[in-house]
Amino acid sequence: MSDYNFAYLDEDTKRMIRRALLKAVAIPGYQVPFASREMPMPYGWGTGGVQVTAACLVPEDVLKVIDQGSDDTTNAVSIRKFFVKTSGVAVTETTTEATVIQTRHRIPEQALHEGQILVYQVPIPEPLRFLEPRETETRKMHELQEYGLMHVKLYEDIARHGTIATSYAYPVKVEGRYIMDPSPIPKFDNPKLGGNAALQLFGAGREQRIYAVPPYSDVVSLDFDDHPFVAGKAPHDCDLCGAADSYLDEVITDDQGTRMYVCSDTDFCATRRTAGHVGRLAAPYEVTP
Amino acid sequence: MYVAVKGGERAIEAAHAFLAEERRGDTSIAELSVAQIREQLKLAVNRVMAEGSLYDPDLAALAIKQARGDLIEAVFLIRAYRTTLPRFGASHPIETDDMAAIRRISATFKDIPGGQVLGPTFDYTHRLLDFKLAAEGDVPEAPQATPSGDALPHVTALLGQDGLIEASPDSGAEPPDLTRNPLELPAERALRLQALTRGDEGFILSLAYSTQRGYGRTHAFVGELRIGMVDVAFDMPELGLTISIGEVEVSECESVNQFKGSKTEPPQFTRGYGLVFGQSERKAISMSLVDRALRWQELGEDNSGAPAQDAEFVLWHADNVQATGFLEHIKLPHYVDFQAELELIRKLRREAGADTLQEAAE
Repeated sequence: MSDYNFAYLDEDTKRMIRRALLKAVAIPGYQVPFASREMPMPYGWGTGGVQVTAACLVPEDVLKVIDQGSDDTTNAVSIRKFFVKTSGVAVTETTTEATVIQTRHRIPEQALHEGQILVYQVPIPEPLRFLEPRETETRKMHELQEYGLMHVKLYEDIARHGTIATSYAYPVKVEGRYIMDPSPIPKFDNPKLGGNAALQLFGAGREQRIYAVPPYSDVVSLDFDDHPFVAGKAPHDCDLCGAADSYLDEVITDDQGTRMYVCSDTDFCATRRTAGHVGRLAAPYEVTP
Repeated sequence: MYVAVKGGERAIEAAHAFLAEERRGDTSIAELSVAQIREQLKLAVNRVMAEGSLYDPDLAALAIKQARGDLIEAVFLIRAYRTTLPRFGASHPIETDDMAAIRRISATFKDIPGGQVLGPTFDYTHRLLDFKLAAEGDVPEAPQATPSGDALPHVTALLGQDGLIEASPDSGAEPPDLTRNPLELPAERALRLQALTRGDEGFILSLAYSTQRGYGRTHAFVGELRIGMVDVAFDMPELGLTISIGEVEVSECESVNQFKGSKTEPPQFTRGYGLVFGQSERKAISMSLVDRALRWQELGEDNSGAPAQDAEFVLWHADNVQATGFLEHIKLPHYVDFQAELELIRKLRREAGADTLQEAAE
């Protein structure tokens, strides 16, 4: 596709985004404003992530795109196709082979390695937004590290519900400074944010913000000494691969409300099944035509 | 039997083919041409150009055709195309004083230099369905008048001669551009005006309407509304001269607002300004009212807490491409988050003893 530049964006725009990325890496967890462009897919579909990925890609890259942990969801397919068309880079579904992984709502189960870049699509980058709707106020709160409101919110949750009633987009503190929204990943994934060997970049297109967690950063999920953070998941094993430690999707299989649980990370699940792991319901369906 | 959902790619391709077929509709009916849309759905074309921030009637008409008449989708197509275009420079500001006006009215003076020109307006039509249009109808030629050639001074300029309206001098500063820089607040007036002229017509209309009903009232009169073609002048550095590179149609509205004075300003009329591509007078009037409402701070007025006075609220929510994207994205898969919420609700119910309560009730 010669009508557009490599990876769609023109080089000036890429340079503008890369400058924002460098600043973001230099100040972990800080939301850097950037002149987000209108992309050929709608806001809310991952335009922030797409712009960050486009600014990072080089022809040698191997790209993986996941949505809800899966390479096969429609929007993951669509974004992958966009980059195949506009950049011609190699694509993969295998987490370990990818050099750039764009994700929506999950961190892969397979531990990432040095040199990999994980790009998150972010809807609302501001962790304080639902406590204070004004950007002018929340920016001031970050400047002054005035995070009392967030702790009061978490405390009120405990007072009212006995537990912190946030199950995804669970707020974290990065390198002891900025409170950050990790995008709507389930809190199960939060422990993978800190000490991660990969570079984690966050792009919010509509809200015009970029932020980053550099490799091996210190990332702490907010909690209290007497109410420590707990990463939750459905109390089951994967019915296809038997994994006890992966995040699960709940699937309703009949009109009686029968459930099965399967890994949300499709590459992780497939890799385990190929290696011979068998879950509760997998065996009868393993018949190959 | 359960298999993980596969085949997203095939589903997408099939959906696109289905969409293309639906767009065309019944093939026994003649296809719309882009030129027909451009000529006969001109106000739709104008809206798409205004909110798409790109003056190109043919492309706007094409976008409307492709979007099956969904104007927000058409605006989106234009915006996505616009953002890829190279920029050669900035034109001189257009001179609406020199407009070749097809319509020019003032609600504040019975007669004005240059005259009142009604132009092609719905204003005094009776809204009766014209069934003749259902068949084809040749249009009788409209009577022609010779252009008077009179100058059309702005009504606000006439008021300005007596110092009755606030002065609005050119600061000479280069206006900011929110398509090239992230929106940061507080936003100066030029940036607010850019956001308003690109903003969703319905949103700006409702905000303006709310000021009329008392939410940040501005006592607005339409000092003047003019619609017509203006020249676009561009400096050619290679030639060392300024040439006209074409003309654009715009609607301009200047509202005149009663103002009793504040701590910082004397009693005088104040201004609200609206400028929109094409014949888009509803939008231009709305824009001028919202512009005026947003100026409360610089005029030393009280903030009554009205939505139309809240620049952060107005500017962050006026863009329909952003709004529709974020709104509609909630139809994308969210099952990972929903799963996390399911587990949370189950846990809270366990702890509240809800399951046992329900069993006891059964």
